[in-house]
Amino acid sequence: MTPGGRVTPLPTLPLKGRGEGTPAPTDPPLLEGRGRRRGSSTRIRLRITAPLFVFVAFLLLGNAARALGIDPPLPDPAQEARAVDLHKALRCLVCQNQSIHDSNAGLATDLRRIVRERITAGDSDKQVIDYVVTRYGDWVLLKPPLNVRTAVLWAAPVILILLGAGFVASFHRRNRNVALTLPTPLSDAERARLNAIMSSDEPPPAVRSKGAGS
Amino acid sequence: MRWRTVLPLVLFAVLAVALGVGLTLNPRDIPSALIDKQVPDFALPPVPGKALGLASADLKNGEVALVNVFASWCVACRAEHPLLMELARRRTVPLHGLAYKDAPADSARWLAEWGDPYERTGVDRVGRVGIDFGVYGVPETFVVDGQGRIVFKHIGPITPRDLESKILPAIATARGS
Repeated sequence: MTPGGRVTPLPTLPLKGRGEGTPAPTDPPLLEGRGRRRGSSTRIRLRITAPLFVFVAFLLLGNAARALGIDPPLPDPAQEARAVDLHKALRCLVCQNQSIHDSNAGLATDLRRIVRERITAGDSDKQVIDYVVTRYGDWVLLKPPLNVRTAVLWAAPVILILLGAGFVASFHRRNRNVALTLPTPLSDAERARLNAIMSSDEPPPAVRSKGAGS
Repeated sequence: MRWRTVLPLVLFAVLAVALGVGLTLNPRDIPSALIDKQVPDFALPPVPGKALGLASADLKNGEVALVNVFASWCVACRAEHPLLMELARRRTVPLHGLAYKDAPADSARWLAEWGDPYERTGVDRVGRVGIDFGVYGVPETFVVDGQGRIVFKHIGPITPRDLESKILPAIATARGS
């Protein structure tokens, strides 16, 4: 934002590729009306892309104007920095998961102005927060305060980590004895049979598991 | 059964119930910080063409009253408007209007077009009184007891069911106390 409170217009985007002027050398000449296929499809593409560029440019410019053009900052940079920090800590009640710093909602704009007013009036950060909280409750704070009602919320990560650690520990204890038992080595007869199977070209006989079959 | 078998099932059940309840909650219903508090101090001029403005003193005259926050740009206000007209026609309770961030001429035209259920109106052009009331969306409706204490707040358009199950009981309770 410029000091005068005016929005500097963004430079217009140069249109890349085919402009509206002379056609590229590879293009066939554009014919009038229902002429050649190729030419009309190029023109249709132009007819769609050019307004699209303008539309996108408008969107970008519109947002820039809205984000920059509304709030006059406080003259004192230190106070303005405090205001912005507070804006980032306060929830926009309309858009819910945005801070009032990020939101374009009317109410967010009003609340930003009020925060600046309170700071100019000499309020401390805590006084400003209290001012908003008395009207909108703890919910307006993006970082919930630690109190009886939010104790579960704050304790939840610790509880979950402890639960997970307990699970991992018990899993390890259970598996320690199993993992260290090596399988019994093959007997001589088994080894001979294995060698026979591995060296023959025949597919191995189907292995019937114990107790299976009739 | 061993606890190792049961525990995941129990955890799943707890999580399912918690998330299931969460699904039924409306994230737009933010608990009001001003319940059981005094209304903010304010004094507002009426909508053009009306005689009576709205001030905090008007909410402390011993009579339970409704304060309805509305605006001509508010689509949901249209939805609840017939119900407010009906309330006014039956003289159930004094009903006051707070025109929130609305051009006074627009509010006046709106009331002329759709009917005027309000005894008193206040023009809150910049929305400052609305913020003091903790308003974050329009419409909102406050039940104020005769001493200027906010006893109930309804967010969003009032449906007949809201009226029967929440607002009228809140009025009755406020009158009883």
